[in-house]
Amino acid sequence: MNLSFAITSLEQGLAFGIMALGVFISFRILDFADLTVDGSLPLGAAVSARLLTMGMNPFFSLGAAIIAGGMAGAITGFLNTKLKIAPLLSGILTMTSLYSINLRVMGRPNIPLIGKETIFSFIRDLGIPYPWNNLLLLIIVIVAVKLILDAFLNTQIGFALRATGDNPQMIRSMGISTNSMKMLGLIISNALVALSGALVGQYQGFADVNMGVGTIVAGLASVIIGEVVIGEKSIMIATIGVIVGSILYRFSISIALNLGLAASDLKLLTAILVIIFLSTPRIKKALR
Amino acid sequence: MLKIKNLEKIFYRGTPNENIAINKIDLTVNEGDFITIVGSNGAGKSTLLNSIAGVFPVENGTIILDNEDITKKTEYKCAQKIGRVFQNPLAGTSPEMTIEENLSLAISKSNNLSLKWGLSKHKREIMRKHLEKIDLGLEKRLTTKVKLLSGGQRQALTLLMATVANPRLLLLDEHTAALDPATAIKIKNLTAELVNENNITTLMITHNMEDAIKMGNRLIMMDGGKIIYDIPAAEKADLTIEKLLKMFEIKHGGKFNNDRMLLSV
Ligand SMILES: Nc1ncnc2c1ncn2[C@@H]1O[C@H](COP(=O)(O)OP(=O)(O)O)[C@@H](O)[C@H]1O
Ligand SMILES: [Mg+2]
Repeated sequence: MNLSFAITSLEQGLAFGIMALGVFISFRILDFADLTVDGSLPLGAAVSARLLTMGMNPFFSLGAAIIAGGMAGAITGFLNTKLKIAPLLSGILTMTSLYSINLRVMGRPNIPLIGKETIFSFIRDLGIPYPWNNLLLLIIVIVAVKLILDAFLNTQIGFALRATGDNPQMIRSMGISTNSMKMLGLIISNALVALSGALVGQYQGFADVNMGVGTIVAGLASVIIGEVVIGEKSIMIATIGVIVGSILYRFSISIALNLGLAASDLKLLTAILVIIFLSTPRIKKALR
Repeated sequence: MLKIKNLEKIFYRGTPNENIAINKIDLTVNEGDFITIVGSNGAGKSTLLNSIAGVFPVENGTIILDNEDITKKTEYKCAQKIGRVFQNPLAGTSPEMTIEENLSLAISKSNNLSLKWGLSKHKREIMRKHLEKIDLGLEKRLTTKVKLLSGGQRQALTLLMATVANPRLLLLDEHTAALDPATAIKIKNLTAELVNENNITTLMITHNMEDAIKMGNRLIMMDGGKIIYDIPAAEKADLTIEKLLKMFEIKHGGKFNNDRMLLSV
């Protein structure tokens, strides 16, 4: 693998790392396997790209993506907590609806951003040389997201959110609504996933209605790799793990491609990887 | 302070499996009462506490706590005034969180949740003080994840969490039944200590007749969804297990069917 490959993997790992942090919140903190993310990632990209074509400041377009993603999470939360639809199905329903919504938002299946002002063109124009421009920007964003998330998860509400996924009975006994906490967690999770989508869209120079396929599996792979490599002793360490996991995941994909694997086989490979990691604890136990 | 009127809870109503778990119960609990509840398996003891705690809607009747009708309130809303400890020592704590994080949730219970830090120096001091009282050395292990504690330690922590915010009512459902005998005794002593110290009105289900007689100031016996005896402090003082079993047989017309209870006689 040459240097430019490595840099690209690192950049992708960082941009998708924010998505992985979102998946970490739903999957690990809330214990809610949320498939909404396959729709909220392209939603973020779509909202941001559409607003860029309309001339909006690229940073503000990220904010809009965050809000849109939060709304998507709220819909899944509503389906699950109010209409009592099972978590998986709630996510699938929102994800499916988002496919149509994303097409509406974009007005067509694909919006190219070549020549448009993006956060990446902004930092390039500041005169920071490649590859530091992209890396610097992505690192600033993901570190900021990580620190805010760490802080939030150590507030009173953050504690309640964490306990909701861990032991809902306990959280009800503490006088807290598990439904509100699930809602909150799904909003934050999908807001992050959409932010990631917006970043990825601006980074790769286009938004595409199909760019979300397999997001959940990539997110899970990142979360699990992070747990294996870095551990989960505390929230701060776990979130570092998720980011590292995302980077390692993108590296392994690059390596697989470099070794001559067909790009179309990647999703299968990722799924197998996740299956292996998810089943390792069980297999280890069985062998004992 | 707690008034239950004509309470009725029917499971699987209108089906062949219809099951009247609570059959028109009236119960008035006075401020500071510590009531022990005994009864055979399936008598409706747990269902009574669950109804009070708002776990499920009831078919009939009213539950008034401090002049407030809580009959239709959901579980988490009732919990703002009610502390609970379950039989399962794993039920009351969050295993992946630390002792201090768990306790923090219990201490914040009386306030609305906010974006303030979950932990502070001040909060930790309060926690240490409380943990020192339960005398398990947990005050030195604030940052230990709760999943690493033993069942007894977890139950002690749960008990502390259920009482630390001074609930109006404490509901204990066989909360020592899953512990080994020595640990169970510790938790019982701790229960008496915490309840007396804060003068918390308490309902405690137990399968241990001896405890039911020794602990608390009032004893209730349930059978078939009804309260068959409500024994005040004066009479309770000279109760014996034999008398209690006799009384049961008179009303029930048969032997006591709670295996665990007989074993612990
Ligand atoms: N959640 C429930 N759903 C259906 N039936 C229940 C439920 N809880 C209790 N019951 C039934 O109600 C009756 C009383 O149960 P319970 O209150 O648990 O008895 P106890 O605690 O006195 O042993 C039993 O017949 C039991 O099977
Ligand atoms: Mg019971």
